Amino acid sequence: MNTSTALRRARTPLALTAALLLAATACGGEDAGGGGGGGGKGGDLKGNIRIDGSSTVAPLSSAAAQLFQAENSGVKVTVGTSGTGGGFEKFCAGETDISDASRPIKDEEKTACEGKKIAYEEFQVANDGLSVVVSKDNDWAECLTVDQLKKIWEPKSKVNNWNQVDPEFPDEKLELFGPGTDSGTFEYFTEAINGEDGASRTDYSPSEDDNVIIQGVSGSKGGLGYFGLSYYEENKDKLKVVKVDAGDGCVEPTTETVQDGSYKPLSRPLFIYPSAKALDRAEVEAFVEFYVEKHAEIAEKALFVPLNTEQETALKSALDKLRAQHTS
Amino acid sequence: MGAPVVTQDAPALPPPRLKGRGTPLRERFFRLGLWASLAVGVVFLAGLLLYVVVEAWPRLDSRIWSNFPDIIDPTNAGAQSAIMGTLWVIAFTAVYCLPTGILAAIYLEEYADPDRWWNKVIEINIQNLAAVPSIVYGILGLGVISRGLGFGQTVLTASLTLSLLVLPIVIIASREAIRAVPQSIRQASLALGATQWQTIWRQVLPAAVPGMATGSILALSRAIGEAAPLLLLGGLTFITFNPTGIQSEFTVLPIQIFNWISQSRAEFVALASAAIVILLVILLAMNSLAIWLRNRYARRW
Repeated sequence: MNTSTALRRARTPLALTAALLLAATACGGEDAGGGGGGGGKGGDLKGNIRIDGSSTVAPLSSAAAQLFQAENSGVKVTVGTSGTGGGFEKFCAGETDISDASRPIKDEEKTACEGKKIAYEEFQVANDGLSVVVSKDNDWAECLTVDQLKKIWEPKSKVNNWNQVDPEFPDEKLELFGPGTDSGTFEYFTEAINGEDGASRTDYSPSEDDNVIIQGVSGSKGGLGYFGLSYYEENKDKLKVVKVDAGDGCVEPTTETVQDGSYKPLSRPLFIYPSAKALDRAEVEAFVEFYVEKHAEIAEKALFVPLNTEQETALKSALDKLRAQHTS
Repeated sequence: MGAPVVTQDAPALPPPRLKGRGTPLRERFFRLGLWASLAVGVVFLAGLLLYVVVEAWPRLDSRIWSNFPDIIDPTNAGAQSAIMGTLWVIAFTAVYCLPTGILAAIYLEEYADPDRWWNKVIEINIQNLAAVPSIVYGILGLGVISRGLGFGQTVLTASLTLSLLVLPIVIIASREAIRAVPQSIRQASLALGATQWQTIWRQVLPAAVPGMATGSILALSRAIGEAAPLLLLGGLTFITFNPTGIQSEFTVLPIQIFNWISQSRAEFVALASAAIVILLVILLAMNSLAIWLRNRYARRW
């Protein structure tokens, strides 16, 4: 008992001292941190590039970052997913170099950026399409009009059977699946179909995980859900895609219809917003050039629909405009 | 005359049957209920562990800790930056919250006069803080620590935010440990002429260390699983380098898991399970340390 008390006596101050020492060295370490990584192969560019924004665009920017870092191992690119709005908030506060966005910048966000004197340019880097899916066992719903989709998904909708969507459809319980209310996909679908961002019925099974939606829809005969086109293409064997009629006839979501925008209203462009000021740093300039040059490879690797020739030309001229903003 | 007779008769009644003549049905049901309640917890935990390990099995190899995230080729992806980020963040969380929490607990238990209104206010405050949802700490961290103090989206900001998050738990656990030291020890020490400082430093603290360590490690275990406040602070979802200091950008395992689970490719889901296994291993290691500390240093009075 005596010896153990003595031991304990010695141990406690020691532990406390150790903790304090740790804290002290940590503070000293601040300056040492953040230095460039090891040299490695190719490129002698160094520095950090910060990207944040839409979680829809994040896989695209991550793929770009990864391909870029393979050639320039001295550059550290990081991608965050604060959402399009959260990304612009950080971008316009000068905290990030590039903002990922699944919609064009809003007026109030423009004002915030102007207030901080942050100049930028809009780059469309890929296309995104949403697919409306039903179960493989569903042999009646080939094509739905935007009005029918709205009838199903609008706030306070009471539609709970397929025969309420169209009297010709069978008497089958309608089970709805969709992304959670925080996702860009939800924001986009509600805006495109219900006319107001965030306006949706709430009595559906929401999930941030598209795999859950896939399981839900494929597991119920009367199931209906929506998510990104790439998710459908990866799970073609489990689900059936529905054509959408926005007034000009039924259109199936495909690469071409998403690119040319004829698959309305569920196809959209994806953007990055590089800051003109960040071009001061050679590594950011190199990254933006890389993004523009390799856009097709990046889009393909990240499972998005690449740009068509017209969009490609627009992207190149956006880069020229950004350079002009930078030098002026 | 009848009443006193009844009261005197009472002790003479046969003692309640605990054993003998078989177990009463009611007691059997009670015991069954106890077992069932225990089983709910154990079965779910075992099921969860089994499920995660089975899901993770194809990816549970050295790639998970030796490789960095790879969005293009899931077979090449790993979680090294997240594992290192988690260790950095949790280590500095411990550095910031343990001394603060333990000192606060010592003040509240040994110095504070519980009858003073301000001490009551402090006490209620701490108890309420322990119940605040973690996302609120994220907002606080973003507004005050990241932007207000200008620390940015760094390991430092993350560990300060998590310190605030678990501080109430550390304080409450440490107070329990200090309170468990018998009053007679303090009185004996004071009677021998020790000052209050000497009593606390040489008698109370050493005796309370096992309890404080256990409580603190369990609090840190909670911090390690937090994703929500760190996502808000700008914990990154794609980062291919380890933190090099407290000014580094970072990601942590829960954020990486969250990110992988929401990918469409099944390989990423397996990867997420593998990362969950790693997180569980870290958690179990910390909890084992807590149990070992308690058994090693615990004293019965």
